[in-house]
Amino acid sequence: MTPAASRRPRPGRRPAALVVFADGTTFEGEAIGAPPRGGAATGEVVFNTVLSGYQEVITDPSYAGQLLCFTYPHIGNYGVTAADDESAGPHCRGVIVREISDRPSNWRASEGLDEFLVRTGTPGVTGVDTRRLTRHVRDAGALPAAIGPVEGDGALDEAALLEAARREPGTEGADLVAGVTTAEPYTVGSGPYRVVAYDFGVKRTMLDLLGRIATVEVVPASTPAAEVLDRSPDGVFLSNGPGDPAALGYATTAVGGLLGRVPVFGICLGHQLLAGALGGRTYKLPFGHHGGNHPVKRLGGAERTGPAVEITSQNHSYAVAPDGLAADITHINLNDGVVEGLASRDVPAFSVQYHPEAGPGPHDARYLFEEFRLLMDRGA
Amino acid sequence: MPRRDDLHTILVIGSGPIVIGQACEFDYSGTQACRVLRAEGYRVVLANSNPATIMTDPAFADRTYIEPLTPEVIEAIIEREQPDALLPTLGGQTALNLAIRLSETGVLERHGVEMIGADAEAIATAENRDRFKAAMTEIGLATPESGFAYSLEEALEIGRSIGYPIIVRPSYILGGAGTGIAADEAELTRIAAAGIAASPVSEILVERSIAGWKEYELEVMRDRDDNCVVVCAIENLDPMGVHTGDSITVAPAQTLSDVEYQHLRDLAFACIRRIGVETGGSNIQFAVNPVDGHVVVIEMNPRVSRSSALASKATGFPIAKIAARLAVGYTLDEITNDITGETPASFEPTIDYVVTKVPRWAFEKFPGISDTLGTRMQSVGEAMGIGRTFPESLQKALRSLERGLAGLNAGPSEAAFDAFTDDELVRRAATATPDRVLHLEAAVRRGVGLDRLHAATGVDPWFLDQIDRIVEARAWLAEVGGPDGLDAGDWRWAKRLGFSDAQLAWLWGSDEAAVRAARTSRGVRATFKTVDTCAAEFAARTPYHYSTYEDDDEVAAGTKPKVVILGSGPNRIGQGVEFDYCCVQASFALRDAGFETVMVNCNPETVSTDYDTSDRLYFEPVTTEDVLNVIDAESAAGSLHGVVVSLGGQTPLKLAGVLPADLVLGTPPEAIDLAEDRERWGALCTRLGVPQPPGGTATTVDAALAVAAEVGYPVLVRPSYVLGGRAMQLVYDDGQLRAAMAELAASGSLGREGGLSAERPVLIDRFLEDATEVDVDAVRDAAGEVLIGGVMEHVEEAGVHSGDSACVIPPQTLDADVVATIEAHTVAIADALGVRGPLNVQFAVRAGDVFVIEANPRASRTVPFVSKATGVALAQVAARVIAGATLAELRTEGLLKPPVAGGHVSVKEAVLPFDRFPDADPVLGPEMRSTGEVMGIDESFGWAFAKSQSAAGDPLPESGTVFLTLNDRDKPAGVDLGRRFVQLGFELVATAGTAEALEAAGLPVVKVLGKVGDDAGDDAVELIGKGGIDLVVNTPSGSGPRADGAAIRKAANVHGVPCLTTVAAARAAAAGIADRQRAPLQVRSLQEYHADGQLPLA
Ligand SMILES: Nc1ncnc2c1ncn2[C@@H]1O[C@H](COP(=O)(O)OP(=O)(O)O)[C@@H](O)[C@H]1O
Ligand SMILES: Nc1ncnc2c1ncn2[C@@H]1O[C@H](COP(=O)(O)OP(=O)(O)O)[C@@H](O)[C@H]1O
Ligand SMILES: [Mg+2]
Ligand SMILES: [Mg+2]
Repeated sequence: MTPAASRRPRPGRRPAALVVFADGTTFEGEAIGAPPRGGAATGEVVFNTVLSGYQEVITDPSYAGQLLCFTYPHIGNYGVTAADDESAGPHCRGVIVREISDRPSNWRASEGLDEFLVRTGTPGVTGVDTRRLTRHVRDAGALPAAIGPVEGDGALDEAALLEAARREPGTEGADLVAGVTTAEPYTVGSGPYRVVAYDFGVKRTMLDLLGRIATVEVVPASTPAAEVLDRSPDGVFLSNGPGDPAALGYATTAVGGLLGRVPVFGICLGHQLLAGALGGRTYKLPFGHHGGNHPVKRLGGAERTGPAVEITSQNHSYAVAPDGLAADITHINLNDGVVEGLASRDVPAFSVQYHPEAGPGPHDARYLFEEFRLLMDRGA
Repeated sequence: MPRRDDLHTILVIGSGPIVIGQACEFDYSGTQACRVLRAEGYRVVLANSNPATIMTDPAFADRTYIEPLTPEVIEAIIEREQPDALLPTLGGQTALNLAIRLSETGVLERHGVEMIGADAEAIATAENRDRFKAAMTEIGLATPESGFAYSLEEALEIGRSIGYPIIVRPSYILGGAGTGIAADEAELTRIAAAGIAASPVSEILVERSIAGWKEYELEVMRDRDDNCVVVCAIENLDPMGVHTGDSITVAPAQTLSDVEYQHLRDLAFACIRRIGVETGGSNIQFAVNPVDGHVVVIEMNPRVSRSSALASKATGFPIAKIAARLAVGYTLDEITNDITGETPASFEPTIDYVVTKVPRWAFEKFPGISDTLGTRMQSVGEAMGIGRTFPESLQKALRSLERGLAGLNAGPSEAAFDAFTDDELVRRAATATPDRVLHLEAAVRRGVGLDRLHAATGVDPWFLDQIDRIVEARAWLAEVGGPDGLDAGDWRWAKRLGFSDAQLAWLWGSDEAAVRAARTSRGVRATFKTVDTCAAEFAARTPYHYSTYEDDDEVAAGTKPKVVILGSGPNRIGQGVEFDYCCVQASFALRDAGFETVMVNCNPETVSTDYDTSDRLYFEPVTTEDVLNVIDAESAAGSLHGVVVSLGGQTPLKLAGVLPADLVLGTPPEAIDLAEDRERWGALCTRLGVPQPPGGTATTVDAALAVAAEVGYPVLVRPSYVLGGRAMQLVYDDGQLRAAMAELAASGSLGREGGLSAERPVLIDRFLEDATEVDVDAVRDAAGEVLIGGVMEHVEEAGVHSGDSACVIPPQTLDADVVATIEAHTVAIADALGVRGPLNVQFAVRAGDVFVIEANPRASRTVPFVSKATGVALAQVAARVIAGATLAELRTEGLLKPPVAGGHVSVKEAVLPFDRFPDADPVLGPEMRSTGEVMGIDESFGWAFAKSQSAAGDPLPESGTVFLTLNDRDKPAGVDLGRRFVQLGFELVATAGTAEALEAAGLPVVKVLGKVGDDAGDDAVELIGKGGIDLVVNTPSGSGPRADGAAIRKAANVHGVPCLTTVAAARAAAAGIADRQRAPLQVRSLQEYHADGQLPLA
């Protein structure tokens, strides 16, 4: 006997949706969030292993151009609150989860994650075997994929989603920063120092922490070095941001123009740009580091005692190659040896690949903001 | 800094007997520590009094001392072994307390022993409530305001200063007596008065109550370089007010935003640094106000704990193993993560599934005590379920519990809630009891709003919503009405919510096998994922699996023939670590024999669920459905030799009949059935000429009365198919028999056990009075050879459950021909049943006549004790025989060695949980109630018995006053006993009748005590309370009023005075006291006892 057609639908059932990778691998799920424009949302798929902090991750501009898969199954449990936004809204192209929560619970929450995704126009899929997906990405690398409903109005079929996935160019060589940087300079914070922060897709938590030590003038990614120096800052901060650093020649040039003239501190993309300016090069990792549990070892150089292993928040698909750098490697990833931090031997400039500001993630490395302050004290 | 080379010998202290609050999680941690330290090349000396543990197997240490965990004994061991260091953080509170004592009394310093893993100062700061609070205040961490009060006035004063509600926690109390939450002064007056009265030192802690706040535990590790990591955050479903050990707990934390979680993480590190735990693991408990996120710290345990075992199993990060490495000098980044084999241990595990732990209680064994849960732990075991989602993991954990649930209700027992009104149901859910989560489901199913339930219970709305999802799905599934209405997607959805086939069968009035068949015909089968510490970011090397319903399966193909070993599920009274010992030994033996071993178990406390123990681990419920899933997966992944069902106690044995018969290794299922089926078993014994106590079976009261009339009172009444003497009663007349039958009926208080039916009749046996009970463990192989592993003579007479009575190897009073008869009967039974593997037979010997009480064609609780007493690796031998080897082959191989004979005596003593249940009568009977056991081993019976008593926490007095109060039957024997005690230098006090008997025999009785509450003379209870008595011997009278004796026994229990309830035990005590007066304390390791040829005591 075939299933009765007349029965009421399963409780909580949403329209069927698929994740289709460019290599044809397909995952079944149900649609959440906003309907994707044109029926499909495409992007390079990355997985993030945090247990908490989904909102910060979703609103992290560094995920621009990507479809974001969470490995932890229950996502949305404690809802969403404006206070935890890392930027004005989501920058990822879509969200893939195993189990979205329908009833968030937390005193801080102002709305549920699904409402938030709908409100911010972010598509998503729930009910996916995200572990299989993760293993696929681990083995096949960060492939492009398409997500979208296959049921209801405007739904595409599997073949159309596959076609969309194949058309998706991925992040390599693309300038994704232009899409997320601020259009106009603005100022935050009220600390005694004067910092110019390059916004390549800056996270709010970074500005909060900088704002405690400095008055921070946030400038667009394309701001030339001269304009920055005209503001006579005590230090320049290079923010995180999405995509391939190799596509940002203008920014590397700007950083080069600052070195030796003002203390520089970079995080994530900022770290990669600093490396570029110091003669290094970057490469793409097979599936990147995206999570809140990566062990990083401080190799010395930094003037700090205390624990040498920092548990860090990470989000990068590209990394700095250790060779050809006119800098000391100050931190490495203990899992795979990837360069996690560097300091110039000649000029006051240092950077880390991981996220000392956290948001989300552990606070082990927040001391780096203090080191930036000390560096500014010493001046160029 | 790598391994310390300045250390050579390390002393590890275990946690002693299994007691409530300290169970086999410390066997797991201790075993890991011993393995790691030996692998690092250290000489390991282990002290632990618990013979049932895996760690005390002589293979795990260079020297294994099964000796009482007392300062004198440890000092004696230190003198003999001259260790360089003592590792006290892996043996629970017991080891920690001992280490502090040894440090305070200068013993460690005197012998140049360094404490590693934690220092005395750190332990003291964490353990002392006042110092802990002061330390936390110093670093800006809030703790609930509190103060100690010794009078009502002081309590009210504190109440005024900290505000209401207030929780009162009496100091040094047993059970939850005197604990309560007061909303105002009037209530505080009442509760404080009760609390002060309940505390033996008249001291109560008056603390601001934060009952209802969310409760969290963080498992933290720190190394000598000050690197800190959080291994796991655990959220309690039951909010503050219920002990974490009694709460349903979930990992990872579910309802904390990252901002809140990182705050707790920062606080946890601040705490461990301030307390000064330099290396190792700690458990830190927090409460979070659900309304505003305000955080207070509750306590910190500077050692591995039950929760760290849970966290290790939940994440794959072996805390104890790493703690041991850190203690000898390594730092976290110098240790490799076993699971990935590449990345370091200096990281924080991330998981892609949910684990839920549900405790298991034993209230049914303690009639008359309340099953309300509170701030003192009362559970005896736990099961953990792993699923991709909370609903799945919760339902798996509930069906793992083996308490008649196939998941979150949707089964016959839910009918019990139908009678309640909505209000009553909410009220019940508001009081934490073992049924709380079932009440919550029933209430949600009724349509009681989640908001109302949250307000009444404090359970977080997220958890209630998850329960609601199960409820909604159930309603839909019930509506669909049967398996035909489900397509593959529907099936997958239901299974992903954790519904078992048994629940669906119940909902649809179908049977489990039909549901399974319908499901698999739609292609919906369990898939197995891997616990890998990293959410699949790196490839895992360790096949540690759990089932779920997803797209793909991660079980890798094997090359060797595989053997599946079914474990024993959650610890409970009657089935504990002994069975884990057997399963683990089997795994080792079968691996050595060239098999790939596959363990299935759901108990997070155990060694069997360590991914290191077997070649493959399935953390799964030991139920029909889940075991069949494993069998399917393993059959698909290479050649499956078979399944071992007879080493994990009753749990796997019950599955023998439903597994594919050709896969059941060892004794065939028919033989198992034959031993359990009363009628057929009786016929068999008759045919073999093995006498049984006369008896019969009944399903009705009339039939029961008829059996009793035939065999004569007293009779023993019990349901069939149970373990641990469950629901067994000694009945002296028709009235008691009627009452017992009523309780066993489905509607009765014991109906949950299954009720009565033709398949489940009541067994009624003539009770053999004054008989000596004897246990035999044997192994029979396919060639028909029977190995008698050990013959144990019980100290207490038959009628005291074998698990609760002390026993001794070799037998002390049995004639050689009686032992020969017992052995012959055992062989005859083994042959007749066609046993292939282990067999346990229990006998009662009365006046030289041998009766068989029961035979179990499986490994018994005593197998580890026998192994340690005789040096024969009985469980390993049994496992090999099950898998096909003969005893002759094992002898040739060298696995089976002749037992060591002579030279020493081994006594096993049971450890009872009455200190947690002050309202229960601590008298022994046919229903087993002990949670654990200890062993005393020495040259003489007296010394071995004396050691077993100290190990059990009831040391025999050296001098003082013995209080004798005996029933009439025991009075003649009591006179001999009295004489012995007088000879040993004791004074006697007695109740009137006993005193008369003693005085008539010319024995001095210094005081005659009146009945309780009686005006005549001093009241026994009062005298016990005043500390005027050092040993109580009270034998309960058969059928008469028991209240008086019960009051005396309870008083002894509450005041910690050793209390013996049988003449036999008192006689053994006298022997122990005598031997102890004759010869000084000596300690010797198992390796020495087991060495060929007895060594002289050094
Ligand atoms: N102030 C309090 N208000 C309400 N419940 C409390 C309070 N303090 C402790 N509890 C409850 O009592 C339990 C046991 O307390 P804890 O201090 O952790 O003792 P233990 O050493 O027995 O674990 C906790 O798990 C918590 O649920
Ligand atoms: N006929 C009997 N006479 C005296 N004691 C008995 C008799 N039958 C059982 N017992 C006592 O009851 C205990 C439990 O009975 P048993 O049949 O061994 O149940 P279980 O299967 O729970 O171990 C035994 O250990 C023994 O002390
Ligand atoms: Mg506690
Ligand atoms: Mg028995």
